[in-house]
Amino acid sequence: MAHAATHDHHDDHHGAPKNFFVRWCMSTNHKDIGTLYLVFSLLMFFIGGSFAMVIRAELFKPGLQLVQPYFFNEMTTMHALVMIFGAVMPAFVGLGNWMIPLMVGAPDMALPRMNNLSFWILPFAFALLLSTLFLPGGGPAGGWTMYPPLSLQGSSTAYVVFAVHLMGISSIMGAINIIATILNMRAPGMDLLKMPVFVWSWLITAFLLIAVMPVLAGAVTMLLTDKYFGTNFFNAAGGGDPVLFQHIFWFFGHPEVYIMILPAFGLVSEIIPTFARKPIFGYKAMVFAIASIAFLSFIVWAHHMFAVGLPLGGEIFFMYATMLIAVPTGVKVFNWVSTMWGGSMTFETPMLFAIAFVILFTIGGFSGLMLALAPADFQYHDTYFVVAHFHYVLVTGAIFAIIAATYYWLPKWTGHMYSETWGKIHFWNSVIWVNVLFFPQHFLGLAGMPRRIPDYNVAFANFNMISSIGGFLFGASQLIFLGVLVHAVWFSKKKAADRVWEGAKGLEWTVPSPAPYHTFDVPPVIHDHELAHGHVED
Amino acid sequence: MTSGGIRPGSTKRVVAACALIALAMFGGVAMANPQPGQLNMTRGASTWSPVPYFLNNVALGVCVVIGILVFGAMFIAMFRFRKSRGAVAEKWSHNTTLEIIWTTIPVVILIVLAYLATGGLRTFSDTTGSQMTVKVTGYQWKWRYDYVDYQGKAIDKVGFMSKLDRESDETRQLNSGLDPNAVKVDGYNTYLINVDEPLVVPVGVKIRFVITAGDVIHSWWVPALGWKMDAIPGIVNAAWTNITEPGVYRGQCAELCGQDHGFMPIVVKALPKEEFEKWLADKEAQAKQPAPAAPAAASTAAAPSTAQIAPDAPVAQGHQG
Repeated sequence: MAHAATHDHHDDHHGAPKNFFVRWCMSTNHKDIGTLYLVFSLLMFFIGGSFAMVIRAELFKPGLQLVQPYFFNEMTTMHALVMIFGAVMPAFVGLGNWMIPLMVGAPDMALPRMNNLSFWILPFAFALLLSTLFLPGGGPAGGWTMYPPLSLQGSSTAYVVFAVHLMGISSIMGAINIIATILNMRAPGMDLLKMPVFVWSWLITAFLLIAVMPVLAGAVTMLLTDKYFGTNFFNAAGGGDPVLFQHIFWFFGHPEVYIMILPAFGLVSEIIPTFARKPIFGYKAMVFAIASIAFLSFIVWAHHMFAVGLPLGGEIFFMYATMLIAVPTGVKVFNWVSTMWGGSMTFETPMLFAIAFVILFTIGGFSGLMLALAPADFQYHDTYFVVAHFHYVLVTGAIFAIIAATYYWLPKWTGHMYSETWGKIHFWNSVIWVNVLFFPQHFLGLAGMPRRIPDYNVAFANFNMISSIGGFLFGASQLIFLGVLVHAVWFSKKKAADRVWEGAKGLEWTVPSPAPYHTFDVPPVIHDHELAHGHVED
Repeated sequence: MTSGGIRPGSTKRVVAACALIALAMFGGVAMANPQPGQLNMTRGASTWSPVPYFLNNVALGVCVVIGILVFGAMFIAMFRFRKSRGAVAEKWSHNTTLEIIWTTIPVVILIVLAYLATGGLRTFSDTTGSQMTVKVTGYQWKWRYDYVDYQGKAIDKVGFMSKLDRESDETRQLNSGLDPNAVKVDGYNTYLINVDEPLVVPVGVKIRFVITAGDVIHSWWVPALGWKMDAIPGIVNAAWTNITEPGVYRGQCAELCGQDHGFMPIVVKALPKEEFEKWLADKEAQAKQPAPAAPAAASTAAAPSTAQIAPDAPVAQGHQG
């Protein structure tokens, strides 16, 4: 049994180093590095969230009450950069680090030292990025999309470009590590088509990362040389083309959007079968759908640019390709519902967040379908309708999945049960206030409120006030999450069983809780019936 | 019939409330500009603007129906198949027939939507046969309008800058102490959506807009016309409209363009043809008034209503290159 394999022999490196610096800064252990990623991501979530609070506070009512417009633009830009590159992506890498070796029966990640490097780059990247707020000239204020010529007017270009390069290097190294681990380190018998869906989703995501992060690096480097070295890539006066940047950026940017949602699909595909006590419906279809979405993500980029004046053929191609994504995405949603149908469900906190994910992500998918229709997008584009859309897929999509996964595996990580009562209080507060926050933004966009504006006509006043109230309360609800985490890690008395959830299947539940410092030093013997997808037919 | 006094009143109130909601969701030309509590897109006031409105409603309808089916099934599952009710998990994990059905039906729906949307795109992209051309140039943070031609005749030197009106501008300063609710024109709140000099155009005429920018990217958007088009330095984009109803239509810059991005509104004043022609003739006469050879630049500051001469080709002055 896997259990036995984790204990005996190898006494020479059994526990974690006692020295704090050695353990956390010099770690090559996938679990410790996973923890580092997750803690870093949580910190960034609160920093990015505080920027969002500034935005919602200024938008509470018409008229400027708190900040100057330029600072408001810095807040919208930094909120996006911090949340995307600091909160969501590192959270997925952290979950991957912690869980992929445990799920495929590997002793660690394939490249442990690179793992350390890819994490420790991040604090420096974000120190650079955040420091611009305190420098003369302020932080980036041209939007996270950094469209030139506007983004070149700021004085923080060099800092931002260097920070983005660092984040990109970190992501690429993380992705290489995950691919190497999954392809080389699976325990004998863990065939590719027996892997958990989460592992599949990360494998595909890692290829997306390797494909597009260099593209972003190229785009921002051209910004840098345009600004400081006299090139004219994006300068019309010098024969360049400002729209070229948008093509390059969105060739990165659209796969990037899926980098932030595919692992979430994987997480939800682990959690729902566990609490429905029924295998995932259509395992192969789920994997194939993720792969199709990943492929399509490369040929839809210009749907972010329907209003730049594309030729008719371009508009039509990108509209059709974008609409196609609805098919595999629909398959995933139908399969989650079918997994629940005929199950024996209980509703612990991870399941609640996973169900909320399916419903609210689907609402974000609906508005995505509407946005795909180019003539309608001429109205929706760059309005609060778009803001509502991508917050539904990223907050109630990606972040809800991350929170669900945190509750799901927290007992495995810490060896303690979290407080189910407070978990549910956190859930209900989150799910109510997030809708109060984002649903009215659909109406604002349809009524004609552009995004990224610090002040607005009084016709938009009532929904903005509702949205802001939802925002403050959603933000405050996340302090409950912090409380639940602190309690579970340091104060909870309730010991977690090895198989924390009754319906949980897969290798990660065969190791003790908390998971020992080293697991699977000897590859586990795989019994198909212990795996979630051990008996895949069809 | 003692209760009769109450009932009609309450019915009337319900009808009024329903009418208000219906108006908020499907308001017509009367609501081409943003209204408090507006829930849906405007139908607009041009020949093309119903296209996005119609597509929006169809797509929303499709999404609502699918949403009811999917979420309905989820909620039934959550109530029927809970462990606390003694549900025992079944073992099946696929069903080929079902999977084929729910892959095919969305494809069919998408084909219908794609057909509708493609038609809208084709009509939108066709700027031929226009009877008037207006050049729109975005600057940080104002718009410039130059009248190029009308009914096949070139227009001489009619063009002007259009920027946020002074009342909004004073009110929008940080902690100005002024009330945005007080900024009104004819009882309609125009805070941040009013300008010193609107773009004046005729109704019932196909107008071609050529849109560009002088510094950074902007986006020219009037919801009542049904579209927005980016104004990009070094690139000239084309779009068209044919306004059906006289009126004042308001919009805003829709592409982040710097600190005052939120403060460069657009106002289009659509006049009946004859009134527009009279306005245009007056403008042309005004443009000719100052001595033709004199360097008019100095006089423009003193006489703001005087038409300014169009600047040279829209070249990006962006950054130090």
